[in-house]
Amino acid sequence: MTSTPTRGVTASPCAHCGLEVLSGDRRVSDGRTYCCAGCETAATIIRQSGLDGFYDLPERRNERVVTSGRSYAEFDHASFVTAHVTRTREGLAEAALYLEGVHCASCVWLVERLPLAVRGTVRAELDVTRAIVHLAWDPERTTLSAIARCLDRLGYPPHAYRGRRAAEARRAEERAMLTRIGIAGAIAANVMTIALALYSGFFSGMDGEFVRYFRWLSLVLVTPALLWPGRGFFTGAIAALRAGQLNMDVPIAIALAAGFAQGAVNTWRDSGPIYLDAVGTLIFLLLVGRYLQHRAQRSAADAAALLGALSPATARVIENATVRELPSEAVLPGMLLDVRAGDTLAADGVVERGASSLDLALLTGESRPVSVDVGARVFAGTVNLSSPIEVRVDESGMTSRLGRLLRDVELGSRERAPLVLFADRMSFYFVAAVLLLAGLTAGLWWSTDPAAALDHAIALLVVTCPCALAMATPLSVTVAIGRAARLGILIKSGHALEALTSQGTLFLDKTGTVTEGRLGLVSWRGADDVRSQVLALERHSRHPIAAAFAAAWPEVEAPVATEVSEVLGAGIEGLVAGRRVLVGRPTWVRERVKGGGPVRHPRRELTPVLVAVDGHIVAQAGFGDPLRPGARAAVESLVRAGWEVRLLSGDAPHVVEGIASALGLDRSRAEGGATPERKREVIRVARATAQPLHRGGALRPVVMVGDGVNDAAAIASATVGIAVRGGAEASLAAADVYLARGGVGALEELIEGARRTTAIIRRNMLIALGYNAIGVTLAMMGIIDPLFAAILMPTSSLTVVLLAWQGRTFPRSAP
Amino acid sequence: MSVLFVLVPVALALVGIFVAAYAWSARSGQFDDLTTPAMRVLHEDPERPEAH
Repeated sequence: MTSTPTRGVTASPCAHCGLEVLSGDRRVSDGRTYCCAGCETAATIIRQSGLDGFYDLPERRNERVVTSGRSYAEFDHASFVTAHVTRTREGLAEAALYLEGVHCASCVWLVERLPLAVRGTVRAELDVTRAIVHLAWDPERTTLSAIARCLDRLGYPPHAYRGRRAAEARRAEERAMLTRIGIAGAIAANVMTIALALYSGFFSGMDGEFVRYFRWLSLVLVTPALLWPGRGFFTGAIAALRAGQLNMDVPIAIALAAGFAQGAVNTWRDSGPIYLDAVGTLIFLLLVGRYLQHRAQRSAADAAALLGALSPATARVIENATVRELPSEAVLPGMLLDVRAGDTLAADGVVERGASSLDLALLTGESRPVSVDVGARVFAGTVNLSSPIEVRVDESGMTSRLGRLLRDVELGSRERAPLVLFADRMSFYFVAAVLLLAGLTAGLWWSTDPAAALDHAIALLVVTCPCALAMATPLSVTVAIGRAARLGILIKSGHALEALTSQGTLFLDKTGTVTEGRLGLVSWRGADDVRSQVLALERHSRHPIAAAFAAAWPEVEAPVATEVSEVLGAGIEGLVAGRRVLVGRPTWVRERVKGGGPVRHPRRELTPVLVAVDGHIVAQAGFGDPLRPGARAAVESLVRAGWEVRLLSGDAPHVVEGIASALGLDRSRAEGGATPERKREVIRVARATAQPLHRGGALRPVVMVGDGVNDAAAIASATVGIAVRGGAEASLAAADVYLARGGVGALEELIEGARRTTAIIRRNMLIALGYNAIGVTLAMMGIIDPLFAAILMPTSSLTVVLLAWQGRTFPRSAP
Repeated sequence: MSVLFVLVPVALALVGIFVAAYAWSARSGQFDDLTTPAMRVLHEDPERPEAH
């Protein structure tokens, strides 16, 4: 269903957004062509502010500029101000907003020139990686809603930035880590310089007093490094031992403690080797690895923040026959809501007046609109499609169905046991082997040279410090995540990469994941000239079918229709160029013509629509949710790779089965009619019954791919949760991976990249272990000394860094 | 050579000053966003916005 530029499309694209300009909407001002009023306004703002340079920026994206056209009045509401706006001492107001559509350097350019476009804005600073703009403005001269409207018109619809508290805690943690790395780095560099003097003194001779001086200096320098930046390894090791477990911190703490204790004693005794330079370097390198690991980890989803993002900001409450706009948080059970066409419901309740159709896609994944009448129960988060209704609220906020669902998401993200990484599983054997070998070394040397026995055993403990081993995973994962991000695959947690290496069960949501997620014209049987007659009528309708016709034939020009009348839930009729045209449900159309034409569409999963002209049925259309391009190929290759692919959807069972066969899957692999709660249960059962890879090994992964709130709880419960583009914020927060390119096409790349990354991690670990084996051999033979250790350990870490960097994980740039 | 007994502590004191400066810059958030400032400098206007 791609639109091809033919007649009706002007030659030059829109001067602002770069899209094709449809002749019907074409606007010309200052000799430039625009596709819509929004683009014209945005361009006017840009030019009036003297920012014409924007259009000449080389990296200006050619994507569609999206505007929502909202008023953002809620940004000025008292409850919003208390939650999100802070006052500075100079009397300015400050707030952070999350922006859609931020991509590149030109976005920074445009957004940061906001003070030129909106008077009273003092400062706008954009963080391009997080898409967050920090604003400061003079509340006497402007309002946040005015700034928000301007951002919206420029193509960056703003949203309240809800994760501020969590993000601030995270940022504080990262800053503290950076400080520790800096201190450890400075100490390591200085201890190494001193060690260099000691080593050259060792070979060319040095006065005893200087040797003593430098050794004491090393001890004085390393002590704070161990006590402050290096303390985390000891607390980590102690916590693990208390819990009766072993992790990588344990061998690290043993090596650091042994090296430091021996260095302190030998400095005091003024004889014997010291490993203080090695200890200093180890602390620094390990902290770098730890920092990378921290940055690659996910943060848990916050249900309350998600609810705020999903429910509308305001709701219209009817009180004493007057309508008042309230923030959604203030909506309480018992209130009567006025819900107009296009509104999102702010709370659960019962319809008291009016009849309409609702779009439940966000909540249940149902692709077709559902009719509601007086007495029907309706839920927060659903969208009213056709006519106004009045709803008596019975549940609101966190007790609404949406609120409870999001709590499940939060719970799922928290409950999910962290996947035990390969490195941590290995640490048990590692600690055991190192301690055994150290004991063996001491025992063997005891008989020949008791004085050297302890030195050699300690040398072994220091030299086997799993520094390179500990860095292998975070480094490779960080590099892979960085490369994947450039391909539009955003990986939020490194464990997803390891889990995706083995084939398991993959559940795909239907609506919005393998399909487009909107009603579309899937089949059309009829003459071409009928199309313009259909469009002429459908222009007068707000029904989703009308929108689907318009989207399917953007190039068709429609004549004017007269005497148009629409029968809700049945069809539409009118006069087009003197001929009577009917478009509607088969039963309704057949009653009005001389019969003929099928009642059902030959493809059962499609919604049928008949077209009659002057009493004869001339065309038949089938509406459904069209498959995304490339979905079938992606599913086929996953099945070939050994994955068990299943469909799990909230849509009607026969629709889901139809899609399954279109994807080349057996009908038994499709489950329809699944509520969000049911989806979560299916995932849990699948995880509980998952087979281990081999006896005693890790369980085969259960992967959930989805886009909506209805999938969020399932995504949070899966081994690996994947959200696709266009999805709701809830599914994004619950997911480990976000595919920004839309559809399931990027799944293959993700799984292939995960396999390669894990292979590189394993290879790096082997190399790190190889270096350790060399160190162990030398220590057992008694020919290792601090100089060997000082060379061996950084070399092994450097090797791992280089191999992680050049490893082929994800392709380096977009294909 | 005995000058080393004075020079090394002086050098270490300098290191201390640099580390303190680094710790201050890390804590005041100068390393929070390393991408945007690099882009910002590319587009800086020759004249300041207030000059209009």
